[in-house]
Parts: sequence; structure tokens; C-alpha cells
Amino acid sequence: MSGIVGYGAYIPRNRITSEEIARQWGKDPRSIQRGLLLEEKSVPGIDEDTITISVAAGRDALARADVDPQRVGALYIGSESHPYAVKPSGTVVAEALGIGPEVHVADFEFACKAGTEAMFVALSLVDSGRVEYAMGIGADTSQGAPNDALEFSASGGGAAYLFGRDRVLVDVLETYSFTTDTPDFWRREGQFYPRHGGRFTGEPAYFKHVEAAARGILARSGLKPEDFRFAVFHMPNGKFPLAAGKALGFTNEQMKTGRVVTTMGNTYSGSSPTGLAAILDVAEPGDRILITSFGSGAGSDAFVLQATDLLPSRRELGATVRSMLDGPRRYLTYGEYAKYREKIILNH
Amino acid sequence: MREVAIVAAGMTRFGELWQTSLRDLFVDAATEALNAAGVDRLDAIFVGSMASGQFVGQEHIGPLCADHLGMAGVAAMRVESACASGGMALRAGFAEVASGLSDLVLVAGVEKMNDGADATAVLATAADQETEAYQGVTFPGLYAMIARAHMETYGTTEEELAAVAVKSHRHGALNPKAQFGRVVDLQSVMTSTLVADPLRLLHCSPVTDGAAAVLLCPLRDAKRFTDRPVKLIGSGVATGAMALADRADPAFLDAVQLSAERAYRMAAIGPGDVHVAEVHDCFSIAEICCIEALGLVERGHGRHAAPSGETALGGRVPVNTSGGLKAKGHPVGATGVAQVIEVFEQLRGEAGDRQVADARFGLTQNMGGSGASSVVHILERV
Amino acid sequence: MPSPRYWREIPGRYRLEAGRCHGCGKVVYPTRRICPACRGAEFEPVLLSRRGRVVTSTVLRVSPDDFVMESPYAMAIVETPERVRLMVQVTDCEPSTVQPGMEVTLEFRLIRKEGQSGILCYGHKAVPVVAADTARSR
Ligand SMILES: [Zn+2]
Repeated sequence: MSGIVGYGAYIPRNRITSEEIARQWGKDPRSIQRGLLLEEKSVPGIDEDTITISVAAGRDALARADVDPQRVGALYIGSESHPYAVKPSGTVVAEALGIGPEVHVADFEFACKAGTEAMFVALSLVDSGRVEYAMGIGADTSQGAPNDALEFSASGGGAAYLFGRDRVLVDVLETYSFTTDTPDFWRREGQFYPRHGGRFTGEPAYFKHVEAAARGILARSGLKPEDFRFAVFHMPNGKFPLAAGKALGFTNEQMKTGRVVTTMGNTYSGSSPTGLAAILDVAEPGDRILITSFGSGAGSDAFVLQATDLLPSRRELGATVRSMLDGPRRYLTYGEYAKYREKIILNH
Repeated sequence: MREVAIVAAGMTRFGELWQTSLRDLFVDAATEALNAAGVDRLDAIFVGSMASGQFVGQEHIGPLCADHLGMAGVAAMRVESACASGGMALRAGFAEVASGLSDLVLVAGVEKMNDGADATAVLATAADQETEAYQGVTFPGLYAMIARAHMETYGTTEEELAAVAVKSHRHGALNPKAQFGRVVDLQSVMTSTLVADPLRLLHCSPVTDGAAAVLLCPLRDAKRFTDRPVKLIGSGVATGAMALADRADPAFLDAVQLSAERAYRMAAIGPGDVHVAEVHDCFSIAEICCIEALGLVERGHGRHAAPSGETALGGRVPVNTSGGLKAKGHPVGATGVAQVIEVFEQLRGEAGDRQVADARFGLTQNMGGSGASSVVHILERV
Repeated sequence: MPSPRYWREIPGRYRLEAGRCHGCGKVVYPTRRICPACRGAEFEPVLLSRRGRVVTSTVLRVSPDDFVMESPYAMAIVETPERVRLMVQVTDCEPSTVQPGMEVTLEFRLIRKEGQSGILCYGHKAVPVVAADTARSR
């Protein structure tokens, strides 16, 4: 059976607190912290983007798998902040990881679920026997417009998953996808910031798709919420995943390890994949894990996973998500943040 | 090989010369040299320029210079070795005369840096483009790393670095052609804006327009042009690793040492015989490293020279009596020739308030990049 | 930077691919045609360790135009265990804390952008080990 043979995550070291952003716009920081359950978010450095985050995460995934990069036959990167509008991120990442040139590479985009899409396709290619190993990455350095609610959440980070058939760390027991056309959030070509439909992003978009995908995969796998030790749902803020999980019958205990959004922010395509990485950092052999992503537009991918005996020893070979969330950080002022996110216009 | 003499010199004022173009800078300096010697014909012109193409968009300046001097037809060529272009042009002119190829050669250096180009970016082209400039380093940055390595190895202090700039300004204030005619104190150097830690604005040579020219001929003909010729008795050129990272010791300028050894050997003198020297102080740390590599002080002792007064006017071996690149100004391609003019005047007793008493041997040292090329000349009073 | 010139250097910049001289064993980065130590002309590719130690450093406060948004930034000469020295920026830290002797890792980063519409140029920068996760440094 095919599954995850290596994984890695990367979260930039810069942070900005909700309080600092709130202060800039004369908002009450406590209402943000209470309403969105967001304390702080990661901020990519001026020298970080989807490509560099993917390379950092991909290097740890290869290290944990201990696989010759030349045996990786497919590489997919899901992001809504690919640095080029035309020219793939994946080619840079493949060269940096030592993958290829005999490799199939593509960039995916589906708002925040592009990462799980990349994972789904990578897994399927391994399943089909078409390639020996395939890597799926979700990474983003998304922008939230200044003084938009998104500014409190839009952050940078990502995770990479290498799929294979031998020496599997995490078995994939089931997959499921649920997709409809729902214009809740978008960014037109040439626009710098995304736009959203306000409260329309909630009930008819996030909750409908996340809950449908989770219910669908539970039905298909014949499992109940109590059969899982961990669950992670896409994290646009701190509140939505808790509400969705609760409606589905999951407890805070099952969700707390993967709910990294409160100090990481929403890493868009990297959100649920990074939450999953945080879970794999601590899961015991036999533990079952549910991951459900959400991408505006809209759709959800769900995976039922189960840790194998190999996971505890192999995960030592890479950096943990918690070490990056709780490790050395640099706190930015709003002015530094504006500079890092290139919101300042220079003379060129 | 024939013995070679310098018989005349000409030099523009150094500074921001908004009214004067690259070609006219050259013509002004060249004409002064030609008039001083009473000469109206030349066999060849060698002109040093680091980056006329980038500063003013003009390559191919050999014929441009000859033409504007009213001498179209004369053999003319440009020599380039970044900030050592002027010194290298002198080397080429020296070889031209010594070999017998030409009898009367004008060696000039010219740079027009204040014509709207981004000087920081242009100068950075003298660094290794693939391994240094690509990463975002600048020349102040490279010399700052040399400074920090020197501080790390020898305990050099920021105050000692600043003392070099103070001395240069004191000398420069006595030079009517210098860009900066004012003295600065230690405090103002040490509190000037940081450019690249630990180097501050007043540790850095300025962006300068200027030109300098000297006339060379065989020594045996020299008296036809002047009654006080100066003999060129040593010339040494050397190269080192292009990138600073590839040098065994970033605090030591190997190419400078090697070029000096070659010049001393040819001149049959040693560093102890030098009475006056012009060295390439593009940054304060560079003077410290250069006087060590030239053997004027012991390795690691360069830091004491300016604070002790050893290299000041009146000291054991006055260095950069002109004010150096720091105070006189640094029109990069012209610098190497301007250094020679200062020593030429010193050996002829024409240096006015800056005169070093009874100087017989003088040395010039001009380098390119972060020290990947260096040229040393030794001159003797006749 | 014109793209052919950038593209040619990809192995060295993306993977820290260097050359080990068959003649004397010296590791040269980026690789060259001729060994600067023994003039040997045969090299085998080796990957540099992504870690090292600062030999000397500075903080650039006046930067070239392409790096204005980043200034001030630290730069250093970093020596890897292969005794190769690289000129790199030091990122993810307060620039003034970078000093000789500091242990660093080398991370894949965006080095420069060619204006508003040109190519993006990648490579490696150093990150102080105190800031980096040690598991990343192999
Ligand atoms: Zn060799």
C-alpha cells in the first residue's frame, strides 16, 4: 500500500502579532484575538517565497525518507502565490532538491487547497505504479490587503510530502474530494490582493465543503470521529476549524495538535498540510489521522491516514513544526512588516 | 631596456566638476603636461579608465582622447584594471618607452564619475560578478570585511581606522587640487554615518571627477624637456584571487606584496629606502593593509602608523601626502597617475606645504577591486 | 541578469554543487576549469555541506539598487567543512549580531529580482545557528 515515506515543513522566522496589526488600524486587539482566535502570524522574509519554502520543506521530506532524489518521478506544488504568473515554481524546486530531469512537474492552484491537491495527485501516481516516488507540496506567502480581516491571518509557510510504496511512515487508508462552483474568494489576474465575499465565505463555502468532505470520507471508510486520535481542518482563522470539527463530532483534544493557526496564521495552501506535519511530529504507530482541506472556489480534499512503526524514528531526521513555531522568532513592527511584504513603493 | 624618465605632469582639480566632460578632463590634464615640457607631438598615448563605458556610456576612449587633444593619428589605447587602471597605464607606457617602441609617451588616467550613473553599482563591477556582486556586496562591504578581519586578527580598533582618515584630511587640506580641503577630527570620523560596519562615511574615498597625465621619455632625452626629470626605476604588477573569499587571509593583500617585491627588486632598493609613498587608500583600512604589504611597516603593525604620526608629514615615512584617495579624491581611472604626480612633485621639491624634505626615493601603489590587482612604481630623483 | 547567465550557474547556486580536484583534493566553489591550487583540470562534483562558520562579516547600510528593500543586511564570508569559502548574505537575524566565528547554516533563498518584470534569482544565504533549526543543517 502506498503512503507517506517522508515529510517536511517550513515556517518563516518572522512574526507579527495581531495586536501590532490592530494598533495600526485603530482596532481592538482583544476582539481580534477573541473573534478570530489569532495571536500572531508568520511573515515570510523578503528573501522567502513559495519556492524557497518548498525547497526547505522538500529537503526535510527527502531527508526523512532517505530517498535518492533521482528516484522521484513527479513533483507538484500547490500554491496561490507562485512567484511567477508564467513559469513554474516546480522546476526551481526540483533542481534545488536534485530531482529530475526525468520527472513530471506541475504547479497547482486551487486557492487554499492546492497543497492537498498536489498531495492527492502525487499519491495517485504512486498508487497507479506510474512513478516510484512522487512529492506533493503546499506552500504560500499570501497577501492580505491592508486593513482587511485577512491581514490578521495571511501568513507564510508550507509542507512537503513524499509518497512511495516502501518504508512507509504513514499509510493512506482513504481519500475523498468534494467540489462545487462557489465564488467566495478570488484574485483576478494582475491583482495584488485577493478579495472575498465576507460572511459568504463561511456557511455556503467553508463549512459546507469541509463538512461534506469529512462526512463523505467517514462514510466511505466506515470510521467514526472517535476512531481518530488526530484531526486537522483547513485553518483560515482559529475559529472556523473548531466550529467545523465540533459540528462533525470531533473534540478539541483531537484537533489541538494540528490547529497551528493561532501562532502560525493561515498559510493558505500550506495550512492543513502544515497542521498534518505537526501531528506527524508526535503521532504514535497505529494512530489514525483525518485531514480535510478547503479551497475557495470551492472544494475540500480529505485523507484518512494511519501512522506506521517507522514514523517515530524517521521523523527525528527533520525539523518539527513546533520547533519552528516556538523556536527563535523575530517580531516585526508594522513598518517592518510593510517593508517585508513589499507594501512600500520604491524608486526604481 | 632603456632607462625611462618622467619629465612633465598635468592634473585637473579633483572633485565634482559639473562643467567638465570626460574628454575635456583628459584634454585639460594632457595639455598641462605637454605645455610644461614644451611638446607638441607624441608617439603614443596610454589612457587608464576603469569604466568610462558605464559612467558616461563611452568606450573606445583611446582615439577619443587623441582626437580631442588635436592629435588624431597618434597611437592611442586604453588600459583597464578597475581602480588600478591609471597605474597599469603607466606600466604600459613605461614598457613602451623602455623597449624602444616609442620615444615620447603620454600616460593619462581619467574618470568622469558624476554624470548621473549609479557609482556604487558601477564600482561593484570590479568585484567577481558571479560570486560577489550577485549576492549583493558592494566595495565598501568588501573593505569592511577586510577591516573586520584585520580587527579580528590584530586587534585593530575603530579609532585606529579613523586616525588614517584624519591624517589624510590633514594632508589634503594642504593640496590645492584636493576634493576636500578641510581637516576632520577623530570624533567626526567616528560618528559619521555607517556605510558598511565598521566603515563609516569618512573612512571612504569620495566619488570624483578628474584626470591626470604624465609625459615619459628615455632618460637620455629627458633634459630636453625639463631640468629636473624623475627616473622610473621600478615597476611591479601582480594579481591575486579575484574574490575576497578565495584569499587565504582576507586581512592581507597578497597581490600588493607581490607587486612591491617585483618593483623593489627591479629598483634594487628595499622598503626602508622609501622616503615618501602614495598608497591606495580607497578606504581607511586599505591604507593600513597596503603599508603592511609594501613592507613600510611590519605585518599587523599598520594600525599604529597613523595614530603614532609615523606616516604623517614629518614622520618616518610620510604616506599619502597628497591627501590620498580619501581627501584628494578618487576618480578611479585617474588615481594611479595622480599618485605618480604627487611623488614626481615631491622628488622635484615642488610639493609646497606638503614637501617631504630631501626625498630621493618615492613609491606609488595602486590597486584594483578588493586587491586582486596591484601595481607599484618606484621613482628616483635625478 | 540575463537569463542564460543565471541558468548556467544553477547547479552551484541551487544545490551548492562544487568541484573536487582529482589532482590535489581541493574543493572549488563554484567549480572551475582549472584548479587554482595545482592547475589540475579534472574535477568531480561534490555537494557542499549546508553549514559553516563566519570568517569575516559586515552590515551593508548603503546597498546596490536591487537590494534597497533589504538594507540594512549582513554579509559574510562563510567557510564550510570542505574548507570552501562563500560570500553570502546572512538573513533571519539582527544584522549587527553577525560576527566572525558565528556558526551558520545555508538556506535556499531568493537572492535578487531583476527589476519589476525580470527573472527571480535564487541561491543560498546563511542563517545563524541560534536562529536555525539544527536538523536543517545536514
Ligand atoms: Zn588541485
